[in-house]
Order: sequence, then C-alpha cells, then structure tokens
Amino acid sequence: MLGRLTIEAIPLYSWVAMGGAAVTVAGGLAVFLLITYLRAWKVLWTDWLTSVDHKRIGIMYVVLALVMLVRGFVDALMMRAQQAIALNSEGYLPPEHFEQIFSSHGTIMIFFVAMPFLTGLINIIVPQQIGARDVAFPFLNSVSLWLTAAGAALVLVSLVIGKFSTAGWTGYPPYSGIEYSPGVGVDYWIWALFVSGVGSTLSGINFIVTIVKNRCPGMTYMRMPMFTWTTLCISILIAFAFPALTVVAAQLALDRTLGFHFFTNGDGGNMMMFANLLWIWGHPEVYILILPAFGIFSEVVSTFSRKRLFGYKSLVYATACIALLSFTVWLHHFFTMGSSANVNAVFGIATMIIAVPTGVKIFDWMFTMYRGRIEFHPSMVFTIGFMVTFVIGGVTGVLLALPPADYLMHNSTFLVAHFHNMLIPGALFGYFAGLNYWFPKAFGFKLDAKWGIRSFWFWIVGFYLAFMPLYVLGFMGMSRRMEHYADPNWQPYLIVAFLGAVCVLCGIACIAIQLYVSAKTWGSSRDVTGDPWNGRTLEWATSSPPAEYNFAVLPEVSDIDAFHDMKIKGTAYRAPHQYEDIVMPKKSALGPILGALAFGLGFAMVWYIWWLAALCFALCLVCVGIRASDDNTDYVIPAGEVARQENERLARLTPADMHDMRDFLPRGAASGSVLQGRV
Amino acid sequence: MDHSAERSLSTYLTGFALAVVLTAIPFGLVWGGLLTGTAAYGVIAVAAVLQVVVHLVFFLHLNLKSTPAENLFFLGFAAVLICIMVGGSLWIMMDLHHRMM
Repeated sequence: MLGRLTIEAIPLYSWVAMGGAAVTVAGGLAVFLLITYLRAWKVLWTDWLTSVDHKRIGIMYVVLALVMLVRGFVDALMMRAQQAIALNSEGYLPPEHFEQIFSSHGTIMIFFVAMPFLTGLINIIVPQQIGARDVAFPFLNSVSLWLTAAGAALVLVSLVIGKFSTAGWTGYPPYSGIEYSPGVGVDYWIWALFVSGVGSTLSGINFIVTIVKNRCPGMTYMRMPMFTWTTLCISILIAFAFPALTVVAAQLALDRTLGFHFFTNGDGGNMMMFANLLWIWGHPEVYILILPAFGIFSEVVSTFSRKRLFGYKSLVYATACIALLSFTVWLHHFFTMGSSANVNAVFGIATMIIAVPTGVKIFDWMFTMYRGRIEFHPSMVFTIGFMVTFVIGGVTGVLLALPPADYLMHNSTFLVAHFHNMLIPGALFGYFAGLNYWFPKAFGFKLDAKWGIRSFWFWIVGFYLAFMPLYVLGFMGMSRRMEHYADPNWQPYLIVAFLGAVCVLCGIACIAIQLYVSAKTWGSSRDVTGDPWNGRTLEWATSSPPAEYNFAVLPEVSDIDAFHDMKIKGTAYRAPHQYEDIVMPKKSALGPILGALAFGLGFAMVWYIWWLAALCFALCLVCVGIRASDDNTDYVIPAGEVARQENERLARLTPADMHDMRDFLPRGAASGSVLQGRV
Repeated sequence: MDHSAERSLSTYLTGFALAVVLTAIPFGLVWGGLLTGTAAYGVIAVAAVLQVVVHLVFFLHLNLKSTPAENLFFLGFAAVLICIMVGGSLWIMMDLHHRMM
C-alpha cells in the first residue's frame, strides 16, 4: 500500500537531522498559522496562487528563491562549521549526514535558488521591457511556477521523510546506482530535478515565444534592452539544454527502478555517458544562470552611470557568442576521465575562448562607467563588486581550462572556490542588484538603500573570507567534500572560511532587515511616477506597481533606450486620445493543482507507491484535458475602467515628480549650448 | 480552395510513402541480415536523418520561401546543436572506448 514508506523514514538517526526536520515542520506550521491568523487564505488563493499575471508569478518565484536561499545557506554554514572543527575528530555531523548536506546544498542553490530567482526577475520585467501585456502563454507560466515549487517541496520533504541523496549534486553513477545507494535519497534528487526541469523547459519556451512574437511596434531585435537579449539567449539555452538533463535523469531512474544498464559497470553500461550527458546540460546551465545577471548589470550600469550603454551591439554579439560556445565546452568538467590529448585539448581551448566575449562585456561595462555620473545605489554597488570579483573567478577558470593543471586541481577545494567565485558574484550579486533595482517596479516603493549597502559589504567580505582560503587549500591538496581531515595546516584556513560564512549570514540577515524596514516605512519611499531611478528602458514607463494590463496603449519605440528617448522628446506620461477594451487571461486553479499532482507523482515514485503515482499521472492528464477544452479563458477590461485607472495615475503626477531631462540633451563640444534638431 | 486541398493531400501522401520507404530500408536491412556492423549503423543513421527531413518538408510544410525566417533560424540552430551534442558525445565516447580496449 505505501511502498517503501514505513515509520523508519522519520529521521531519528542523528539529533542534527531531527532538528532539521523539526525546523522544517515548525516553519511550515508557522506559515500556516500566520496566514490563518491574518485570514489571508482567500486573498492568497484568489489573488496570488491561482494568478496567471506574469508580475505576480514573478514575485512568487522570487519569494520561493529567497526561502530556498535560506535553506541552502544553512547547509553551507553547517558544512563550514563541520570542517572548521573536524581536525582529527568526528565533528558534530556523522559522515552520512554530511554527504546529504553537500548534496542538497548544491541541488538547492542551482535548481531552487538561482533558477527561480532569475525566472522570477525575467517574469516581472521582460514583458514590460518589450512593451507587452503578458507573456505568450500565461497559463503555462503558472504551471511552470508550480512545477518548480513542487520540485522544491520534494527537496524540503526529504528532510522530514526519508533522506536526501548522498551522491553530490551531480549524482554520478555507479555510486548513485541502486547497488551503492539503495535508499530513497537519489530518487528524491532525480524526481526533484525531473519535475522542476519540466517547469524550466516550459518557461524557456514561453520566453522565446514571448520575445519573438510579443514585442511592441518599433522594437526591433537590435532595439531590445540587454536584459531582454540575455533572456532570449538563455531561453534558447534552456529549451535545448534541459532535455539532456531530463533524459539523463530518466535513464538513471530506469537503471534504479527497472534494472536497466545504462550506467552500470556490467552488461554494456558506461557510467561516463552519465557524466557526458549531465554536463551537456550542465555547462549551458552555468550560462543560463549567469547571462541574465549580465543583462541586469548592463541595465544597472547604464542607468546609474547616466549614460547610454557602451557597445550595445558588441554586448549583444558577445551574449550570442557565449550562448553558442557554452554548448562546446562540457568535457572540461571531466578532463580526468582519461580522454586522449586531442579531445582534452579541443575542449580546453574552447573553454578558454569563452573568456573572450566575457572580457568584451567587462570592458563594455567599464567604458559605460567611464566619465559617467555614477550614483552608488545598492544595485550599482553590487555591480561594481561583481566586476572586480568575477574577474578573479574568470582567471582561475582559464587556469582550470588547461587540462594538465586541471589534473592537479580536479575535485580539490580550488575548484569549489572557482565555481563559487563565478556563481556568487556572477549570478547571485546580479539577482540582488536586480532585486534592489526592480523592487519599486514590483511593489510601488523603494528598498532601503542603507541596509542594501550593508548587505553588500557583508556579502562581499564574507565571500572573500569564505572562498579565498579554499583556493589556497586546493593548492595544499585538500579535496572537496571532506567530513574530517588529519592535516593541522588546513584548519586555520577552514576557520577563516567559516568566519566568511558567518559574515554571509549577516549579509542575508541585512537583506531580511532591508525588506522589513522598507515594508514598514513604505509610505515615505513610494514610487509615484513608476520611474524612480530615471530609467532608460520601457519597464519604467508603466506605473509602479504596474496595472494588470501593463500598458493601456501599446507603446511605439524608436530608440534603444526607448523610455529615455520618450522622456527627452516629451512624449512620456501623455494620455492617449482614447482607450480601448483590453483582453486579459483569466486566473486558473489548474496551475497549483497540477503542481500538487506533480509533487504527489514525484513523492509516490520515490517511495514506490505505484497506485498513487498512476493516479497522480492520470489526474495530471485530466487537468491538461480540462484546460485544453476550455475555450473561455480570457476576460475583457472595458475601456472605461482602463481610462479610470490611467487618469487616476496621471492626475497623481506633478511636474515636481518628473526627472529633469535637460542634462541629457546633446550639447556642442565647444559652446556647451544645447544643440537644436533631432534628439 | 479545392486545388490547394488536393495539393496538400498529395503532399501528405508523398510524404507518407517516403516515410514508409525510409522506415522499410533499415528495418529490412536488419531483418534480412543484409548488412552488419558499421555499415548497418551508417545506413540506419542516414535513413533516420532523411526521415526527419521528410517530416519537416511534407508534414510540417517547411520551405525556404514561405517559412518565417525565425523558424528557419531556430531549426538551423537546433541542427547545429544536435550535431555538436551527438557528434561530440560520439567522439568522446568512441575515444574513451578506444583507450580502454
């Protein structure tokens, strides 16, 4: 009846694991009670969970990412604490538990922090940047969100019922095969990836179609903002790379449950095919995480330097180049597999070549800042921190791209330091910059800058303290994922790394305080115009928070910096002659229901509860059938209602709220007077 | 209207016939044991690629004139990526196999 699920699944094997389970359950209960206390269930269900509005879906994605960031960071802190004290001793974590922690840390940070964070920011901003009213498939967007949430829920549940994988976030066989990992851990990992991977693939397809089909009049490809460009590129990467992950996870699941031999030692299997397929997805995935952050940095740099982005075209071509090249380097993750020198050399050189377009971008951002009037807003500070720190990670990456050097550093903490050095400044700082930059757009008030700057300093100092020692330890021969060790020379470095993790904890606390303080004093930092930073791209043309339909009348674009151009020409904030009825998608309960069913399917497959799996799968098909035969999925906002909302907004604006655009008018080099003619 | 419907029917039938032939060739080869080893793999691979082209042209009406440029671009990009992924994997795994013999 319940498959492998028995009372022994409750984690009584160590007090730390029990504590984790208790915190998870208590956290869930606290949220439940808080919502009940606030009597918010109805509002939550009708306005948020069932919503297909891209802005609300985006906000929910970001909330999911922040919650999972805390969970993933607790894992990191526990590992650092263990390694700081585990010199010739057991520390406080038994080996099996330590293995679960580093596996879940990687899995969570990649799949349930970085992916939802970037998908959330894209959801909130990209439709507005291209002057659209929603994404191409709003309902599909909701399904993607709930599939991602279902995957995250599977990882969280593994804390309470059963155990998580001990095979690392990459789950290499033969160790992750049924012979060496007979428990449910690897199955939790497979199904969490599977379910959320389907969600990510669907979002990728959704954004490709949105950007290709829904751009407003005049928005040619070469007038799209950089963030939209990077989104287009990573959506293509998602659509082409994620199938490899889905296939490899399915093959491993077949090996484990039905006794197939794709990756076993015997019967013609080849475990290196797993590494090969996993990294065919895995390397593009790195760029899926980093490129949107590059887009955010581009927007932030140009806004807060008060200058047009330097080398827009070169940034576009560099992004496209990186996107294509990201598919040609995957073997560098397993140079030590033992390929011939030719194979290793080809992939090593391809890896080094990627550094070139990335370098082009760094120079473009620096030239954008050159002679700009830089304003040190938290998002700009994160951007500058990124530029300095990311270059160090890039250099160590080129070093690792040399196969002979890689043989020395493979699986050492040098590697761990390298990829954290790419992903923390390269991706996470970008998302934080995006959070600070676009928060007023999503909520209508600004985030507190003081706490934003504090969070930056804690993060960057914490980052250097935590990972620079790991570079050194790598050279000293420490391999990654050690539960305890015998070399006393390592301990000082590991203690410093632990202090770095504590520092990052303060950074996360600062972000929490920043959100709290800003929400408490929201009245004093309201964004009346919808354009708090004197922005340049179209998302700032809408109100903050935007109306459901974003744009009452679809804008017409004639410049790269579309909204900047409108403000200079004086065509911004102008009421049109007349409003029209707007057709918008209806909300739907099927999104969260499909998510719940996907969770049930995954959970049942993990525990071999076959009847439940079949039931959930059948119900999923029923839901899809119901949706497919529903012809009444839109509703109309009448022109009168649109006019009321728009007039209300325009009436609130006073000339004092507007940014002074005279500084941006072109001036004669010698005379300094404003030039006449076309702006 | 009738004329175009007729033309599309004939397109579908041509496509169907080609698809059947392209399925029958590899099936017959293996069934009858006409070819073995590398030669058989080669013929099957070529038939499979031609099969994809037949589907695209006759069933999905791909054509260089009327298909939007974006669709052609994505299709071309997909073809390049599949070559990189499949070709790269084959190269890597063959090389490994060779070294492990």
